[in-house]
Amino acid sequence: LAAYRTDEGQPWVLPVVRKVEQMIAADHGLNHEYLPILGLPEFRAHASRIALGDGSPAIGENRIGSVQSLGGTGALRIGAEFLRRWYNGNNNTATPVYISSPSWENHNSVFVDAGFKDIRTYRYWDAAKRGLDLHGLLEDMEKAPEFSIFILHACAHNPTGTDPTPEEWKQIAAVMKRRFLFPFFDSAYQGFASGNLDKDAWAVRYFVSEGFELFCAQSFSKNFGLYNERVGNLTVVAKDADSVKRVLSQMEKIVRTTWSNPPSQGARIVATTLTSPQLFAEWKENVKTMADRVLLMRSELRSRLEALGTPGTWNHITDQIGMFSFTGLNPKQVEYMIKEKHIYLMASGRINMCGLTTKNLDYVAKSIHEAVTKIQ
Amino acid sequence: RVLSYSRLILVSPLSSWWSHVEMGPPDPILGVTEAFKRDTNSKKMNLGVGAYRDDNGKPYVLNCVRKAEAQIAAKKMDKEYLPIVGLADFTRASAELALGENSEAFKSGRYVTVQGISGTGSLRIGANFLQRFFKSSRDVYLPKPSWGNHTPIFRDAGLQLQAYRYYDPKTCSLDFSGAMDDISKIPEKSIILLHACAHNPTGVDPRQEQWKEMAAVVKKRNLLVYFDMAYQGFASGDINRDAWAVRHFIEQGINIVLAQSYAKNMGLYGERVGAFTVICSDAEEAKRVESQLKILIRPMYSNPPINGARIASLILNSPDLRKEWLVEVKSMADRIISMRTQLVSNLKKEGSSHNWQHITDQIGMFCFTGLKPEQVERLTKEFSIYMTKDGRISVAGVTSGNVGYLAHAIHQVTK
Repeated sequence: LAAYRTDEGQPWVLPVVRKVEQMIAADHGLNHEYLPILGLPEFRAHASRIALGDGSPAIGENRIGSVQSLGGTGALRIGAEFLRRWYNGNNNTATPVYISSPSWENHNSVFVDAGFKDIRTYRYWDAAKRGLDLHGLLEDMEKAPEFSIFILHACAHNPTGTDPTPEEWKQIAAVMKRRFLFPFFDSAYQGFASGNLDKDAWAVRYFVSEGFELFCAQSFSKNFGLYNERVGNLTVVAKDADSVKRVLSQMEKIVRTTWSNPPSQGARIVATTLTSPQLFAEWKENVKTMADRVLLMRSELRSRLEALGTPGTWNHITDQIGMFSFTGLNPKQVEYMIKEKHIYLMASGRINMCGLTTKNLDYVAKSIHEAVTKIQ
Repeated sequence: RVLSYSRLILVSPLSSWWSHVEMGPPDPILGVTEAFKRDTNSKKMNLGVGAYRDDNGKPYVLNCVRKAEAQIAAKKMDKEYLPIVGLADFTRASAELALGENSEAFKSGRYVTVQGISGTGSLRIGANFLQRFFKSSRDVYLPKPSWGNHTPIFRDAGLQLQAYRYYDPKTCSLDFSGAMDDISKIPEKSIILLHACAHNPTGVDPRQEQWKEMAAVVKKRNLLVYFDMAYQGFASGDINRDAWAVRHFIEQGINIVLAQSYAKNMGLYGERVGAFTVICSDAEEAKRVESQLKILIRPMYSNPPINGARIASLILNSPDLRKEWLVEVKSMADRIISMRTQLVSNLKKEGSSHNWQHITDQIGMFCFTGLKPEQVERLTKEFSIYMTKDGRISVAGVTSGNVGYLAHAIHQVTK
């Protein structure tokens, strides 16, 4: 599983998290009582605000809902279970679910286990141009049956690191609106991608401003570094408050048979941080620290490859964003990297940028150079 | 092209995808607490949700938990993902707690224990596992009555629910002959769910001789036994005594599956600490079962939360903390037993002519008072006493300060 690493190659507990944890540990006024089924209220409200923005019209119009979940995975699963029961009819397991090609491998299992029978892919990664296959993506959306569900990565696409530009998102939204396709956002890297929370939430907010009803599964694993506390949130945006109320009441039923009520520790840490202006500012700094290190590693890797004259173009390394990068190395080149250079990539050529450090940049760049020049 | 009526409704720009979504009924158990919170009567009592309260009616954080938390905070550990199956020190200690350190099944390693999201999450993992791999039957036999959430958990997992007689409302105790009669007729290789101790909601547990007879019949019928143990230590005050049935079944060669919760016995409710165990033929089978459990867990929530598991692990694995825990769990159990006794004596003092012996015969957090729905409603409306409609009270919500009021109110609606 992928997690952030410092320049020393070590896990990093955000200083603000450490501070808040110690505060919680010292507060003997706190107990371990059950949270409500939908989770800690302050967490839910603030988590959704982070995704949608304080000034979101949907929040102002009281037509959003939130379900605290066990990480981003848990949020996806609750959303999927709800959609299978209530979307496009009752218990319509035949509604097509579209997942990007490639995507996080667990997406498929989440929707299969939620009961959907027709999981498809939509074109996304263009290996030849090492970028987004926008034409293929839009074509697949045009051809998709109406009311199909589309899993969209809000930012820092996993595993390619390739996101649509705002203009491309607008085109995507236009097709989805015309074809009545349901947007289910997976937002696991807000803040972690560009270093800016608002920038990383642009796509979700654009869809909201275009009047879509949507789900957004949020994870606080990476941007809070709270991996093992399982902090996530399913944000629901609907047309009106009454719809939200009924949707949440049915989501409660699903939660009740899955985990009854969510774990309190991680939600407390996030809620405490988001509700304190000072801690919130500290958190944003910590997030920027992580994002900046990754951005630096990207630019350093690219400049080394270009300086080495490594065949091919390498701007995709800095065009891509987030934890992962699709280097464009083919399986044989990847095998060379692993066997000869002991650098571990996925067979897809996916590299975890967090594994790069100032100490190993030269070695990694030289190794990629060798792989590309020696192996075709 | 003709547009169907429903499509017109769905695709109107002003309508919501969710216009046909019904309002779900309020959750009967947790809904009680929410209604209680809204009540402004100073004498109100929450006898709904099963969370322990001290004699001042306050939530109780165990001292051993506080100590464990302080130790954990001082260590300043990282926050890296747990494995899908959870914290190894916790799952091993949890298995040992249930099975007993001398258990052959435990020592031989012919079991797999995965961390689950408290009792519910552990039950659900097990239910999903059985749905996928137990092909002999789709039927789960629950005692009548059972915890309200059992039915939807198994149903959502894709199984069907049946029942066997258990509680005798005439005597407010175990309908043993009815249970044995029904169990002996359960189709072979069905799944039967048993409450290991402190039956929820009735508080009625079989005696050891009765458990022995049940084990024999269950074995003869070749049933898959699913134990739900949410109150080990909390029922009698003795962890070994409360696990007796689980251990006896395993000793009889019945390879059970088991869901454990640490919500009540460690007071770790909101931290969601639990475990799901499968007793297997051998360690190799256990490895294969584990690999399949991982495949089920990953698309649910990837891996479990660490905080509560770390606390529980430290307590179970540190001799001093474990000793302290055993004392504290006994004191919680003892307080509940004492409240039962006081409730009965107060009812007698009120002049009630009913037989309330079942209140002290029953065990654990819950008591099936025998009150009817109309009487329960009166208790809520007239006295601000909140409980579930089936007449179940959480004895943990009774204190020496309010037991008199409770007895008075019960007498008023039953005289």
